[in-house]
Formats: sequence, C-alpha cells, structure tokens
Amino acid sequence: MSTARTSSRFTDALAQIGACGIFLFRIFAAVPRSLRYFKETIRQIWFVGAMSLTIIMTCGLFIGAVLGLQLYDVLSRFGSAAMSGTVVALALYRELGPVVTALLFAGRAGTSITAEVGLMRATDQIAAMEMMAVDPLAYVVAPRFLAGIVAMPALVCIFNALAILGAHVVCVSWLGLDNGTFWSNMTASVDVWTDVINGVWKSVAFGAVCTLIASFQGYTTAPTSEGVAYATTRTVVFSSIATLALDFVMTAFLM
Amino acid sequence: MAQRQSFQIGTGLFILLGFAALAYLATQTTSVANYSQGDSYMIKARFTNVGQLKLRAPVKIAGVRVGSVAGVVLEPERLDALVTLSIDKRYDKIPDDSAAAVFTSGLLGDQYVALQPGGSPDVFKNGDEVVLTQSSMQLEELIGKYLVGQGDSKPPAGKGDDAKPAAKP
Amino acid sequence: MGYASRMTAPVAHNAEAASADPLIRIRGLSTVLNGKTIFDKVDLDIPRGGVTAVMGPSGTGKTTLMRHITGQLAPDAGEVWVDGRNVVTLDRAALFALREKIGYLFQNSALLTDYSVFENVAFPLRQHLRLPEVVLRNLVLTKLQAVGLRGAVDLMPHELSGGMMRRVALARAIVRDPMLIIYDEPFVGLDPIALNQIVKLIRTLSETLGITSILVAHELSAVRRVADHIYLLAGGKIAAYGTPEELERGDTPWTEQFFTGAADGPVPFQYPAPDYAVELGLAEARR
Ligand SMILES: Nc1ncnc2c1ncn2[C@@H]1O[C@H](COP(=O)(O)OP(=O)(O)OP(=O)(O)O)[C@@H](O)[C@H]1O
Ligand SMILES: [Mg+2]
Repeated sequence: MSTARTSSRFTDALAQIGACGIFLFRIFAAVPRSLRYFKETIRQIWFVGAMSLTIIMTCGLFIGAVLGLQLYDVLSRFGSAAMSGTVVALALYRELGPVVTALLFAGRAGTSITAEVGLMRATDQIAAMEMMAVDPLAYVVAPRFLAGIVAMPALVCIFNALAILGAHVVCVSWLGLDNGTFWSNMTASVDVWTDVINGVWKSVAFGAVCTLIASFQGYTTAPTSEGVAYATTRTVVFSSIATLALDFVMTAFLM
Repeated sequence: MAQRQSFQIGTGLFILLGFAALAYLATQTTSVANYSQGDSYMIKARFTNVGQLKLRAPVKIAGVRVGSVAGVVLEPERLDALVTLSIDKRYDKIPDDSAAAVFTSGLLGDQYVALQPGGSPDVFKNGDEVVLTQSSMQLEELIGKYLVGQGDSKPPAGKGDDAKPAAKP
Repeated sequence: MGYASRMTAPVAHNAEAASADPLIRIRGLSTVLNGKTIFDKVDLDIPRGGVTAVMGPSGTGKTTLMRHITGQLAPDAGEVWVDGRNVVTLDRAALFALREKIGYLFQNSALLTDYSVFENVAFPLRQHLRLPEVVLRNLVLTKLQAVGLRGAVDLMPHELSGGMMRRVALARAIVRDPMLIIYDEPFVGLDPIALNQIVKLIRTLSETLGITSILVAHELSAVRRVADHIYLLAGGKIAAYGTPEELERGDTPWTEQFFTGAADGPVPFQYPAPDYAVELGLAEARR
C-alpha cells in the first residue's frame, strides 16, 4: 500500500520533471519570437533583478561580515588569520555567492513570477492573449526566463562585492587585521577564471533553473487561489532543491 | 511612455552595476591585480629544478614584487628548466650579475623567484640571462638528507651545484 | 408536429434555410470532459452577418462550444469549419492568423491586470499593427466612447467595477473590427442603462459593419431584442433552433421549460447526481 503510494509519488515527480523539460524546450522555441517583445524583457529584468537588489545587498553584507568573523576566529587558532580574506573570497566566489543568491532569488523573484503568471492563468489572461493571437510563451514566459538569466549573474556579482566589503569591515576595521595583508593574500590566491568566472557560469545556470521552475509552476497552476498558493510554495521548494543539486553536479564536473 | 522609459534606464543602471561589481571582483580581489600593469621586459634563468613554480608566480627583490613568471619550459637539449621572468619597466637598474633563486613563502606556501642583486655596473636588458641560479628546495630531499645524518654536507641544491656559465647569445 | 420529429433533424433543415455559405459550420462535434459528455454529435451552422444567440442551462457547454470555435480546445471528434478552414486541423500560425479576425469577450473579462484601460484596449493593435500613436489613440478612444468609458481611460483594471470591466473587455474585443465577435455573457453585471447601450452596440456593429456575432447570454429580454437566431443547447444536443419569435411560441417542451423557467421538464435543473434520497441516507424510508 505504502509502496504503491511511494511509487505513484515517484512517477508523479518524474512526470513533473518531464513536463518541466518539455516546457523548457517550448521556451527555447519561443525565445526568437519573444525578441519582438524586447521591451518586455527589459521590464522583467527590472522586476526580477533590480527589485531584488535590496535583499541581495543586505544579505550579502551580513553574510560577508559573519564569514569574516567566523573565519578570523577559526583561522587564528591555526595562526593563519591573515588568510581570512582569502577564504572568505574563495568560499563566496565558488559556492556561497551563487547558491545563496539563487535561494534568495527563488524566494524573492521566483515566487512573484509564479504568483503573477499563475494569476494570469487563473483569470484567463493567458487565454485572452492566445485569443488575441499573442503567444503567451513568447510574451509572458520567455521574457521572464531571459530576465532571470541576465539578472542572476549581476545579482551574484553584486552580492559577492558587498560580502567582500562586509568581511573587510569586520576583519580590518573591527578585528584589526592589516589592510594590506587582507588584500594581498586574497589577490595571491584567488584566480579570475577558476574562481570568479566559474561562479558566474554557475549563476547563469541557477538563473535559468529558478525562472524555469517559477514560470512552469505558474503556467501550469490549477486556476484557483489555492492552486496559485500551492504553486508558489512548490516554486520555493523545487527551486531550492534544483539549485543545490545542480550546484553539486556543476562543481563535480566543471571545476 | 515616460514610465517605460524609466524602466529602461533603471534596468540599464542595474546591469551596469552588475558589470561594475564583476569588474571590481575580477580586478581587485584576484591575481589579475598582481599582473604587471605597465610595460615590462623579459629575462631568462635556467634551473635544474623549479619545484612547484607556477606561471604568474611573483618575482621579488628584497621581498618586494617586481614582476612575474611568464613561462616555464623544459629545454630539450640541456634538460633543465628555462624560466622566463617578466620584470616591470620601472625596475630597470637590476645589476646583470644578480642571482635568481626559487624560494617557498613560508614552510608550505607558494613558490616564487627571488632575485639577489649583485654589484655589476651593467644592468639587465630584455632577453638577458641570469647567470647565477639556485634551484627550488625540495622538502623531501632536505628531510631525507638530515635523516641520514649528512647535516655537515653542502646544502642540497647549493649554488656550487647549479651555477652554470652563462651562454650568452 | 411532435418535438421528437424536430429533434431528429432540426439543424439540417434550418441550416439550409439560414445560408448556403455559413461562417461557421460544425459537423459531428463530440466532446467528453472529465467523463461527462458535453457534446454528442452536434451539427450547427452560424450564418454570416447576423447575430446568433446561444442559450442553454448553465453548464451545458456554451463556453466550451466557443472554445471549440476559436481552437482553444480540441474536440474529441468532429469538424469545426470557420470561414472555410477546419480549426481542428490548423497549425499554430494559421490558427493565430484566424484569431486575429475574431474578437472574443471572455466570460470573466480577462483584462491584463498590469496595464491601464487604455493599454488593454490598445493591446491587440500594438501587437499586430504598427499604427502611429495618434491613430491608435483615436481608435481606442472611439471604442471606449462606444462602451461609455472614455473617461476611465487611465484607470487600472483593479480600479474598475465588474460591469466596467466587462465593457472594457468588450471594447478590447471589438477594437480591430473583426469579422466575427463572440460575446460570452456580455450582459452580466450591467445596469439597465449600460445593458441597453450594449444591446444597441451589438446590433449596430452587426448592421453597419456586417460583423457576425455569436452571443452567449441568459437574459431573454435582451436576447430577444438583439438576436436574429437562437440556438438552444441542452443535454449535449441542440434542443431547438429558430428566430426568437419561433422559439417563444414554446411549441416544444424544451423551449417551453426554458422560457418559462420551470424546474421540471426535459432539461434537468440538477447537475447529474445519484438519487437524492439515497445520498441523504433515506433510501429505506423512500421504499
Ligand atoms: N477544463 C475543464 N475540465 C473539465 N470539465 C470542464 C472544464 N471546463 C468545463 N467543464 C465542464 O464542461 C461543462 C460545460 O462548461 P461550460 O463552461 O462550457 O458551461 P456554460 O454552458 O458556459 O455554463 P455557464 O452558462 O454557467 O457559463 C461543465 O459541466 C463543466 O463542468
Ligand atoms: Mg460559460
């Protein structure tokens, strides 16, 4: 009995993943058509990216500060407090920056995409567009998808920069690490390509995955308020899982 | 219409901010910051063993960075490592009898090339070769030698071993 | 003439009478949704130029029929010919080309909530035509004037009442002067004055521009004034067809029940359900 239920939940999950994959291909097919609505993409970058700046910047500052605090404490036990800045930078660029930003993004922008698209579905706006011979995939979904791909790397870079600033404030201004030591150790060990740019690639992938899941959940929601609520929840859950799983895969195979 | 315009400006600013952050991260917090910014000239040095010396490792005089390693290749005939050092144009008064050595920063740190200034009135020019070189200290060798009680012998990779007559082109 | 004989071939007879070249010709349409038969081999013609009303009890599939006509929903069987093309077999591009010539008023307005009233009405124009801003503005204001909402041009949809939303949606449906307009319950939520104006508007559009209109509505008095023909749908079939006067004579049980509003008759008031007494646990008592 319970195995039957488990297996049916398993097949349900598989079917969801499959439907999501097909949806991705439909988005890809719609991207060339969506170039006609380029202004819409710009507008979405504003909503998805610029509107997320506050949370991203605040969280970046605090995460950098707390990382600096913890690492300074831990590393000074080994007499390597000078490496604090380096470790903060490496941890941020390679993992924390892209992953934390993606999780915040899923909560901030992903949910709003799902709720928006879901309500458009529930109130027949999607059907109305189809009736006006406007492809909702090209007009509604693809611009959000592109916006996610563009906005996420920018957000990650901004997040990282503020986190470094936060770590600098804590380590140098507060804990008294030498300013020159902080920077020179960092510049000696951090590489542009393997650390910074790889993190940017990760963030591009996370941006695509988060907006794909968010718009898929919104587009296929049950057309009721309850359906939209469930879809929003699923967006956060699935985006987080997908982000972390993809992060592992990308780290294992690309870095 | 005005509202649309402001969206576009805002989005443009946002993307610019993203690029600015990336540029900051890439140039100020990574090894790119250490690349010699201005002009530089090349000198060569041969070592029997460079250890873990990597491309872009720093070149230092008196502990101050003056350039970086621009190339490490094996010379096919003499079977020693030919290292190209890129030195900042600013430091154009390095005597041509200076010696080069591969050192390790700290016990287990990264390796770098140290130049010990000589006393010659002539200075290095582009393409010159460093005559006196000292190879990398191999920790394993050191430990091995001290374990078998040869503490009184010469340093494992001493100058005498390595110093080779310059083969000036 | 009993209604049984009328039921056997009412459409074939009327279709010939209506027009040799109908705008919409539906043949053998069958649809099952969630195990419920919505349409059972329905044949139906809608002539060019007139106003055809589709009436029927709630939940018979009037909206579903409109979705078949516009290709939003594929039927399980049958052909749906619109302007000489079978929408069931059309590909996406051809379907979109056809839809550009159809105005559709959704049952629940379906205004784009992000855009103002003006942008909502301008939306179909902006998407498909490159009009100078002045021309576009004039067109939009004309249509809004026709539905009495020119003053609301800068409001957002959430600032409108339900009846105002329907009128904006109506303006959007007619803004491109399509060949076919489908009104899915245009009179819902309208006060008598607005209703009167909309009735006149539908009539005017049909008479002056020769636009074919399909009107789904429950308000008998309004339908009587505006429709040339009425289809009465019930139980997955066409229960009656004719001019308003013909149907009002009520010479079949279907029309009689529908137009007098009786709960008992060939059209069940209840959605199909198990026996009421059994479900309430009174089966014993009943026996
Ligand atoms: N997406 C759907 N899935 C399953 N069943 C549906 C769906 N849409 C409609 N139905 C069913 O089809 C039937 C007809 O629905 P439809 O909306 O066409 O009715 P209607 O004639 O327009 O009613 P009303 O006058 O109340 O608008 C209903 O019984 C409904 O239960
Ligand atoms: Mg309906």
